[in-house]
Amino acid sequence: MIWGVLQFPGSCDERDALHACLLAGGEARLVWHEERDLGGLDAIVVPGGFSYGDYLRAGAIARFSPAMEAVAEFAAAGGPVLGICNGFQVLCEAGLLPGALLRNENLRFVCRQVELIAAFGGPETPKSCDRPGESLSIPVKHGEGRYWAPEEMLDEIEARGQVAFRYAPGQNPNGSARDVAGVRNEAGNVLGLMPHPEHAVDELTGSTDGLKIFEGMR
Amino acid sequence: MSAKHRELGLTDAEFELIVEKLGREPNDVELAMFSLLWSEHCAYKHSRKLLRRLPTEGERVVMGPGENAGAVDVGGGYAVAFKVESHNHPSAVEPFQGAATGVGGILRDVFALGARPIAILDSLRFGELDSLRSRHLLDGAVRGIGHYGNSIGVPTVGGEICFEAPYEHNCLVNAMCVGLAKQEEMVRAAAAGVGNAVVLMGASTGRDGIGGASVLASAELGDGDEAKRPTVQIGDPFEESKLLECCLELLAKGLLVSLQDLGAAGLTSSASEMASAGGVGIEIDVARVPLREPGMEPFEIMVSESQERMLAVVEPAKVDAVLAVCEKWQTGGAAVGTITEDGTVRVLREGETVGEMPVEALVDGCPLYDLAPEEPAGWIYGNRATLGPDASPAETLPALLASPSVASKRWAFEQYDSIVGSRTARRPESAGAAVLAIPETGNAIAVSIDGNGRRVACDPHAGTVEAVLECAQNLACVGAEPLGLTNCLNFGNPEKPAPAWQLDRAVSGLAEACEALGVPVVGGNVSLYNEGPEGPVYPTPVVGMVGELPDPTQTAPSAFAREGDAIALLGPFEPSLAGSELAKLRGELDKGLPEPDVPAVAAACAAIREAVRAGKVVSAHDVSDGGLACALAEAAIGAGLGCRVDLQHLRERGCTPQEALFGEGTGGFLLSGDRAALESLATEDVAVLYLGEVGGESIEIAAGDQSLTVPLTAAEAAWRSLGERVERGA
Repeated sequence: MIWGVLQFPGSCDERDALHACLLAGGEARLVWHEERDLGGLDAIVVPGGFSYGDYLRAGAIARFSPAMEAVAEFAAAGGPVLGICNGFQVLCEAGLLPGALLRNENLRFVCRQVELIAAFGGPETPKSCDRPGESLSIPVKHGEGRYWAPEEMLDEIEARGQVAFRYAPGQNPNGSARDVAGVRNEAGNVLGLMPHPEHAVDELTGSTDGLKIFEGMR
Repeated sequence: MSAKHRELGLTDAEFELIVEKLGREPNDVELAMFSLLWSEHCAYKHSRKLLRRLPTEGERVVMGPGENAGAVDVGGGYAVAFKVESHNHPSAVEPFQGAATGVGGILRDVFALGARPIAILDSLRFGELDSLRSRHLLDGAVRGIGHYGNSIGVPTVGGEICFEAPYEHNCLVNAMCVGLAKQEEMVRAAAAGVGNAVVLMGASTGRDGIGGASVLASAELGDGDEAKRPTVQIGDPFEESKLLECCLELLAKGLLVSLQDLGAAGLTSSASEMASAGGVGIEIDVARVPLREPGMEPFEIMVSESQERMLAVVEPAKVDAVLAVCEKWQTGGAAVGTITEDGTVRVLREGETVGEMPVEALVDGCPLYDLAPEEPAGWIYGNRATLGPDASPAETLPALLASPSVASKRWAFEQYDSIVGSRTARRPESAGAAVLAIPETGNAIAVSIDGNGRRVACDPHAGTVEAVLECAQNLACVGAEPLGLTNCLNFGNPEKPAPAWQLDRAVSGLAEACEALGVPVVGGNVSLYNEGPEGPVYPTPVVGMVGELPDPTQTAPSAFAREGDAIALLGPFEPSLAGSELAKLRGELDKGLPEPDVPAVAAACAAIREAVRAGKVVSAHDVSDGGLACALAEAAIGAGLGCRVDLQHLRERGCTPQEALFGEGTGGFLLSGDRAALESLATEDVAVLYLGEVGGESIEIAAGDQSLTVPLTAAEAAWRSLGERVERGA
């Protein structure tokens, strides 16, 4: 299995994601934002950080990069894509995931360990997170992480089982609608979440619950 | 003689000396450059003689004072670079950008050596929270630090925030950065190689920050601070992240002869200091500097403090390769000058000379001044009581826990990314110091930043010794041995007798403590003129220390862990109310502080270090602000478990119940764990006092007629009250 982790000017957590991919199993390499060739890659990770300095809006410029154009094709063909934090923002800007990420309710950046509930189940779910209700301890660190979509869209997303993770009761750090922490596309191969599973892969630096999310992509 | 030089901060005598050294009067470009390099901020006129007292050498020192940052050997061919710097005056005028660019500047100092920044820490001081101005400065500074550090992807792993009335007008913002480098890839700042090219990299040069060093950092703040706003620099962390990657790639490829960051006084100081260090001359053609706006004068280009720029010396054959790497990282790159052999700094505009000065005159020609210190007769800072004299111990403990300097700073540190980079083994508030894993070498480092203003005001010598010991104690709690120290000295106007005396005594204290502990000073910063209409700030030495530990999985948290664990106090702790938080709340601050017993504290640190490394303690917490009662409360709150202790053994050392509860001083380590294991740590030189046990839902402390019981929930509510007070108005 070969993972590809995108790297934009301003990405911060790409090396952390690379390390997490290696721990989950397989090989991994960085994909520079100007590359179009994703040949040989089995899964793509769009990492966290401040791509292009969050100029205009978080993720607004990265979505136009050559690498992201290639990722859109990869996803349309059913390839697995994981977007983390800024990566989630990029995927929403690119229209590969529904909804948008707005400024945190309290208007401040927040870095905190939170409890997530894996909110989906069924045959298309990633293997390791297929127990709905499973609780994961994963850190968040963002200033624009408040998930939002119009009420009707939220109803549809929920009805189709596209909500992948919710913050556990009382743990919502940013005012996200319906406590949504992560969503999938309809086809189920693109997953985006605001919390950082790549920072939950080693007991020394936190929990290891994040590994399950990477393993579920294999 | 025109008065222009006075407007730029030079005295008449200094101006005459410049005329003598040049053999003529300086033109406008030359005057501007001299005014900056001869400012207090750049030249250290009043402190340089004092700083010669500091011990700077040691086996593990790879780079000492004089380089962009200091560095120590951590084994495996790697070095850890670190330094602390102040950005006090800009932050008092514009806190968001002042703090942000403070972080940006210290990051550049570290990667200018070729070290990849891996951690940031900040020491912040403001007036009391009930002042709108202080809440505004606190909010701006925290947001600014978060903005810069988070965007560039370097974790902010530690720090401190303190609130005292003397900082009302002059806040303190000290930023520290730690970086990691392979020793063979490190580079020095000295320019070398006559005929080599001088390349300017990074952001374009504009009019921001002009005169920042001379106008802002070297003078007292007063009315009309708003007019100084253009002198505050504007930061762009995205620009710096590109510049950082560019520089590290250039160094890894061996393309640079030397590298220097542009900070205070911009091109003027970088170019001159590089030339001075290398014993060469330097020529800069301002027409080749990429500009942000048209029509800039040569002097503006030379003194601009636009951020996110670096200056490099490059062999002519490698210039194209250097510019290609800049292009790849989408950051600016331009060959702007040459290294010469005539010992002159020459400024050209399109080939025509517009300024010419001897390097030596600019960089080393500034007169150094002796201080005229005079010890003040009494306590010069005033008192303000907020706690009544009849407050019971059970009322006093929550009042101390809620005191903003003591209270949890979670409101602030949750605004910082403390985990990017995957090295953070101990996050903020979980242990005495931050711990960062170094998988490259297999061991780990610990970092702490600790300052002291109020206690240094009580006695500058003893107070400064305490600040150094406090830092060492914090490192010991995570099993780390100090490798080196950096310091920022934040004081008032050195031309006035009381601040001069404070500075003189503090530097002596710093030198003696470092000498006694065997910890070299590898770099630092001095910020003077922190003074407003009401007088000087508390004399505030801020100490940053880096230590090493063999195994990042063997560190101790501060909080208790298990019901039933024994609680003990280790070390030569002799609490006193002098200079304490309680004395402050009661309005009873005065001169005088007991002199710490450095060898005894050092022995206790060594004992704790070994105990933590061997896994013999479950938790270790240094006793500091608020005394032992607060340390107990903090360890309990962190665990969600109460405690039942008796301070009788401590009182037998000869302190009153109040002193035992709330007295402060160095040499106190609060431990929890297996009773036999804790008591086995006692030796001839190191005392261990059994205090009690972890358990229950209250903090119960028996202390004669001052015994107290405070429910854990009430203690926690007090300790976690800072955020609400900041957001809603104290």
